[in-house]
Amino acid sequence: MRPFTYTRCSTIEDAVKARGQAPDVQFIGGGTNLLDLMKMGVERPARLIDIARLPLANIEERDGGVRIGAMVSNTDAANHELIRTRYPVLSEAILAGASPQLRNMATMGGNLLQRTRCYYFYDPSYRECNKRVPGSGCAAKQGYNRIHAILGASEECIAVHPSDMCVALAALDAVVQVRGPRGERSIPIVDFHRLPGNTPQIDTNLRPGELITAIDLPHLAYAKQSSYLKVRDRNSYAFALVSVAAVVDLDSNGDVRQARIALGGVAHKPWRATKAEKALSGRKPDEANLRAAANAELEGAKTYRDNAFKVELARRSIIRAMTTAVNRA
Amino acid sequence: MEPDEKGSDLSVSRREFVGVALVGGAAAVLPAGAQPVEAPGDSVSCTLTINGQEHQVRLDPRVTLLDLLRERLRMTGTKKGCDHGQCGACTVLVNGRRINSCLSLAVRHEGDRITTIEGLASGGNLHPMQAAFIERDGFQCGYCTPGQICSAVAMLEEVKAGAPSAVTPNIARIEPIQLSDDEIRERMSGNICRCGAYVGIVAAVRSLGHGRNA
Repeated sequence: MRPFTYTRCSTIEDAVKARGQAPDVQFIGGGTNLLDLMKMGVERPARLIDIARLPLANIEERDGGVRIGAMVSNTDAANHELIRTRYPVLSEAILAGASPQLRNMATMGGNLLQRTRCYYFYDPSYRECNKRVPGSGCAAKQGYNRIHAILGASEECIAVHPSDMCVALAALDAVVQVRGPRGERSIPIVDFHRLPGNTPQIDTNLRPGELITAIDLPHLAYAKQSSYLKVRDRNSYAFALVSVAAVVDLDSNGDVRQARIALGGVAHKPWRATKAEKALSGRKPDEANLRAAANAELEGAKTYRDNAFKVELARRSIIRAMTTAVNRA
Repeated sequence: MEPDEKGSDLSVSRREFVGVALVGGAAAVLPAGAQPVEAPGDSVSCTLTINGQEHQVRLDPRVTLLDLLRERLRMTGTKKGCDHGQCGACTVLVNGRRINSCLSLAVRHEGDRITTIEGLASGGNLHPMQAAFIERDGFQCGYCTPGQICSAVAMLEEVKAGAPSAVTPNIARIEPIQLSDDEIRERMSGNICRCGAYVGIVAAVRSLGHGRNA
């Protein structure tokens, strides 16, 4: 591991100032992903700013919704009564990820910044990875690409975003609050992560030096009518091959007033399935209509040698997750 | 190892390094028998409470809690399995919560209360979870066992506190957890056993979990 200097800050102002805008300085929250990447030699910060003790570990009601501080642990968010009772899909998604030990360490802000588990990114002994070394190529395209993207990928990168939490946040239209050298701003979750395009080395739209301070969950009366489905190679403690966060509002006839569907494991960012949502609007959420909606979303899927199975898996997962959400309505 | 970056004045290790260098200069005129100067890499001072005992150490900030325990403090009960947070062999309790000590920098635990497998027994008596693992054959080779036991101890506290898991039937309902075998398996999934002693592990946890679901 490259030697680094360690600085612990206790106020947001100090942390932002200490961080500056240099590319080789990083904040460390839970550190579960960052330290692992440092051991691998993928991340090589010269300096770490420890933000674990910043006063950002509260969960509170705000404007009818809930604000979750960036330093709240994944465990505390998933266990919190406000989240469990009002946004259960978020608790379910968080609890579907990682292990209890990791969730105890991992923070909400850090989970937003998880990096892909693409094998070719994570192991620098592979020479080709545009995300790790821009311009070096993509080993995954010709390699073992079973876990890779089927939607929104580019010639430069077919990696997927690994987070479960972010999939639920996408369905809930969460808003990320940040503080940087030039002040505060809000970033809607759909604009927070990026598709790879020709700059796959840039995961998010955070600007240099910006610190995530909170995640806001807007008021959503029907958020309890939801479900999170995760499909993976083993039943626990594995990344998603496909996951679905589904939230649904039905009218008095039982027709869909609004569906919110987000997919994990299929793209470089949590994938909001707007085509499927539109196809369901005003319709009965029966199996035929759900399949038609899923087909509409997956129409543009592009597969590689080992991941074609994800297309049908995603369709079936949408149908099942939506059916579960409807049954909770 | 690569040369250190030039840190700014704000950085702890840089500042500490300067401090060490000054002490070094002073040490040259100290009488024989004075404390030797620390290596420049061991640049951050840190006080950790481990199993009730305070330890003052100077650390390279790269040292993980796991390596501090094993390599510096010779507390080798905590095991290094994968060193990447994937196996759970390094599980310890920090302020009562289980974590992977391999994925946590030791310097970040200033002031924390750390419990390792060595700290579970008291006065020559095994912790009930240690006794249960023996009673129920919760291990074969034993390498994952310290992590399994630490994890299980914290897990029962989580259940007692009403924390849900991915298999808890209705997360939106705040109610006591019924500790089924499915719950035990899900909650212990962060601890891998390559011998496959899971049947005994689940039995050991169940034997203590019974009646603890309120």
